[in-house]
Amino acid sequence: MMTTHAWLLLGLYLLILLLLAKPLGVYMANVMEGKSSWARRLGGPIENLIYRLCGVKKDEEMGWLPYTLAILLFNLLGALTVYCLQRLQLWLPLNPQALANISADSSFNTAISFATNTNWQGYSGESTMSYLTQMLGLAVQNFFSAATGIVVVIALIRGFARHTAKTIGNAWVDLTRITLYVLLPISLVYAVFLVGQGVIQNFDAYKDVTTLEVTKYDNPKNGPDGQPLKDDKGVVITESAETQTQTLPMGPVASQEAIKMLGTNGGGIFNANSAHPYENPTPLANFIQMLSIFLIPAALCIAFGRMVGDMRQGWAVLIAMTLMFVVMAITAMHFEQQGNPLLGQLGVDMSAGNMEGKEARFGISESGLFATITTLASCGAVNAMHDSFTPMGGFVPLWNMMLGEVVFGGVGTGLYGMLVFAIMAVFIAGLMIGRTPEYLGKKIEAYDMKMVSIAILVTPLLVLAGTAIAVMAADGRATIYNPGAHGFSEVLYAFTSAANNNGSAFAGLGANTPFYNVMLGIAMWFGRFGVIVPVLAIAGSLAAKKRIAVTAGTMPTHGPLFVMLLIGTVVLIGALNYVPALALGPVVEHLMLWK
Amino acid sequence: MKTLFRPAISLFILLTLITGIVYPLLVAGIGKAVFPDQAAGSLIVKDGKPVGSKLIGQNFSDPKYFWGRLSATGPYPYNGSASSGSNLGPLNPALTDAVKARIDALKAADPGNKLPIPVDLVTASGSGLDPHISPAAAVYQVERIARLRGIKAATVVGLVDRHTESRQFGIFGEPRINVLSLNLALDQSSKQ
Repeated sequence: MMTTHAWLLLGLYLLILLLLAKPLGVYMANVMEGKSSWARRLGGPIENLIYRLCGVKKDEEMGWLPYTLAILLFNLLGALTVYCLQRLQLWLPLNPQALANISADSSFNTAISFATNTNWQGYSGESTMSYLTQMLGLAVQNFFSAATGIVVVIALIRGFARHTAKTIGNAWVDLTRITLYVLLPISLVYAVFLVGQGVIQNFDAYKDVTTLEVTKYDNPKNGPDGQPLKDDKGVVITESAETQTQTLPMGPVASQEAIKMLGTNGGGIFNANSAHPYENPTPLANFIQMLSIFLIPAALCIAFGRMVGDMRQGWAVLIAMTLMFVVMAITAMHFEQQGNPLLGQLGVDMSAGNMEGKEARFGISESGLFATITTLASCGAVNAMHDSFTPMGGFVPLWNMMLGEVVFGGVGTGLYGMLVFAIMAVFIAGLMIGRTPEYLGKKIEAYDMKMVSIAILVTPLLVLAGTAIAVMAADGRATIYNPGAHGFSEVLYAFTSAANNNGSAFAGLGANTPFYNVMLGIAMWFGRFGVIVPVLAIAGSLAAKKRIAVTAGTMPTHGPLFVMLLIGTVVLIGALNYVPALALGPVVEHLMLWK
Repeated sequence: MKTLFRPAISLFILLTLITGIVYPLLVAGIGKAVFPDQAAGSLIVKDGKPVGSKLIGQNFSDPKYFWGRLSATGPYPYNGSASSGSNLGPLNPALTDAVKARIDALKAADPGNKLPIPVDLVTASGSGLDPHISPAAAVYQVERIARLRGIKAATVVGLVDRHTESRQFGIFGEPRINVLSLNLALDQSSKQ
């Protein structure tokens, strides 16, 4: 039961995405291969200046181990910087609201969160982060974590494309090029477009306006310790209050919003993320935000085909991703359109669907589509509150993340994750017919399969162990907000989101506690680098191998058979890992809602 | 390992300056030059004083005004500095209670209204600051407002029509009405 509008929207989305992915993919391949292009002629002097100042010799390549260490070091510096900025922001400039320094556990969580491209947020932006922390800490990490993901997949692709080679590239050169020639120019144009649509970009203090009507409300009374006072029964004591002032948050939002979406980061400047009218003011801005999430992941498939010298290989991966995306998008839009039968029983006209937690300007189609895209792509930005989705509508984002963020996935991370699954797929196929598996002319051997297994298993381990610990620990159960099966879904969602570096939330979980800040911080760090390290090890191993010739016995990895095999592998591994946990959460809930 | 430290630290600092200082300042500069209103928050100014933003909803509970979406911001609805959804799951009794309370308030203000209640009028938005409602939600409130203000229903319908925005380019988003703009226009026309 999808509306015509929803079908049209989905079709238009795919069309424009694929039209944009091709040229961008070719461009990215050229940039990363160091071929001269108009952008490099423009930016060349800046690039060379950077290398000179940093003592980088751009023609000296690295083996996989120095490459990995360079990436780790660069990201550690990022985490450290974000941590320090938060701890010191009160004494630093660009803090017109005089927002306080942030606690150690929350700063730790956020630092890891933004360094790992997760952008899980335990805090609420407008009342926590100074402009300086946002632009110099969080937005910079949006660039760097995106660049990190992309250079890792480029290194892996080089592993396939090269043979008998000792090196996989120069990490410093790769990071510089992707930032200067891809992320920065697109973000600049995109940010200016967003300002035109109404996204704010200024450094003013928050603005007070006088509202048309006086708002009367019950204000919780705070004790001398700043905590709300409670009576003998534990009910919060309130006093009646009124206000005719609305405080509008300000800040450099558009510049951060652009890279937040383009880099599949997803960390909102404001608490409500892309549901906030100052982050995502119009349906057109919303459509472009959705496009920008999948843009680089789709383009990287094209770049992959080009760099391995066989475009069909890139298209096969892109088609596998697209097919899975379409199925999930239809599911989400269908169930959200059905609405909530409990409200229907109260006499509400449900023809507009499940509108709780959704914005009127977006409605069901744009919210369902956005939710599918943002969770498949490890972006994690939200334009509607996933916690208030119908059980099966909310199952879609959860399941999308459980696929391991490989269907488009995060920038770079999605494709390297998918290529890991592709190696797994040819391995399974090889076992079935009793041949040594090979992919793109490289023999897949025991060492490679060990690394593939680690890369695939590290996230489910973090998710399931983390969820189990949280629901057993009193500290973990204390801040579950919704009762019953939904509460379990919230915890499962949090760990799935963290370990897969997605960052979206079933926000009903009170996650800004020392327990969750630390647990989720650990899940995010190892969910990121527990995959990157084995992937780079695979890159090194593949680069060193000889290329073997295609024979009659070689399984083609560009046809429909391989596409199906790849989809099957992704779905099967996701399902085998998570079905029991899903049965306890959204499945139970769906049965209770429609009983 | 040692050979990695110098490039790591210096590249980190340089790229941080470019992406963290130069880039946002550039966007702010261009934004201010080309889209000054939008960059500053799309404020609505009346008699020289800011009375709100076109993009940020306000709370309305007076039956003489159009009501907007429910807002789950704390401690009061439409708190501009604390955007938030309700995050209530579909089965949560608190969700049903919130919806019931809104239905009761709507019925109390307009006992004779037999129209079906549009869902966006009884549910909380994602941001808690949603400036819009659906055309159906406005139509539902027309009779009440015309009666309480002593003006013709046709006048109110005319205002609603004039404030209805259709889908952007005919395809993006949903048809919608900005509640604050509509209510400001309502006050304006009642004065005349």
